[in-house]
Amino acid sequence: MADQSAVGRMFTPVTARVEPGRLRFFLDTLGERNPVYRNEAAPVPPTYLFCLEMMDAPDAFEFLNALDIDLARVLHGEQRFDYHAPVVVGDTLTFRSRVESVTDKKGGAMTLIVVETAVTNQNGAHVADTSRTIVVRNARPS
Amino acid sequence: MSANSPSIDERLVHKKFPAITRHRLALYCGASGDHNPIHVDLDFAKAAGFPDVFSHGMLVMGYLGQALTDAVAPSRIRSFSTRFAAITQLGAKLTCEGVVTELMEQGGEKRVKLALTTKDQNGEVKLAGEAVIAV
Repeated sequence: MADQSAVGRMFTPVTARVEPGRLRFFLDTLGERNPVYRNEAAPVPPTYLFCLEMMDAPDAFEFLNALDIDLARVLHGEQRFDYHAPVVVGDTLTFRSRVESVTDKKGGAMTLIVVETAVTNQNGAHVADTSRTIVVRNARPS
Repeated sequence: MSANSPSIDERLVHKKFPAITRHRLALYCGASGDHNPIHVDLDFAKAAGFPDVFSHGMLVMGYLGQALTDAVAPSRIRSFSTRFAAITQLGAKLTCEGVVTELMEQGGEKRVKLALTTKDQNGEVKLAGEAVIAV
């Protein structure tokens, strides 16, 4: 179970390329028909940064494994994106993630883990920050 | 659409989506890179204490993002956040809405804040969030 010692922990940076074919699969899956996404050098949909990081991570659940958290006990609590500059098809992005906080809730029945990620592009521009809150349903103490 | 001169309480975002199917969850698993089996493998979901598989929160947020960018160009979104208030079950027919709650000036540009919700066909709130957009 994660505790305060996890705060500040950083994980292997992930580099991901915004590939048109993979993006098309995402758009089709969501039934997205908006032509703005179908051009060359199109922008990515607002949640796609989350996907890129998972798709190209050598281990998509690295931080769960590193903190010894069972995937079956995890729910997504909150998600935030702050966009600083455009991300378009063809970009190569680097994701650097850090554990921001670990908070026990409901007398330890749940633990909230906040992971913040800074996203930069191939020119070194800081294009976005993302923040995800993971809810861990802890086993009842026996 | 009046995103260039929105007013408080104006509903800028409104979109309905078809019922969520197992097939959609399988496609999203591949399309998103989120291979957590809890969304596609019934045996795994049951062993984890759930009656069935259920939607990725990020699929639901993806729908909300789609509703948002139907109304607002992606380049004008400054932030987008949500809380996952409840699990979204199979068969859920989602409605996404966004209402203007605040007009402001930030970073030298005019912006508006939208309160966003995603509800299922029973009116249960699945996602509650907000976005800040440049106008």
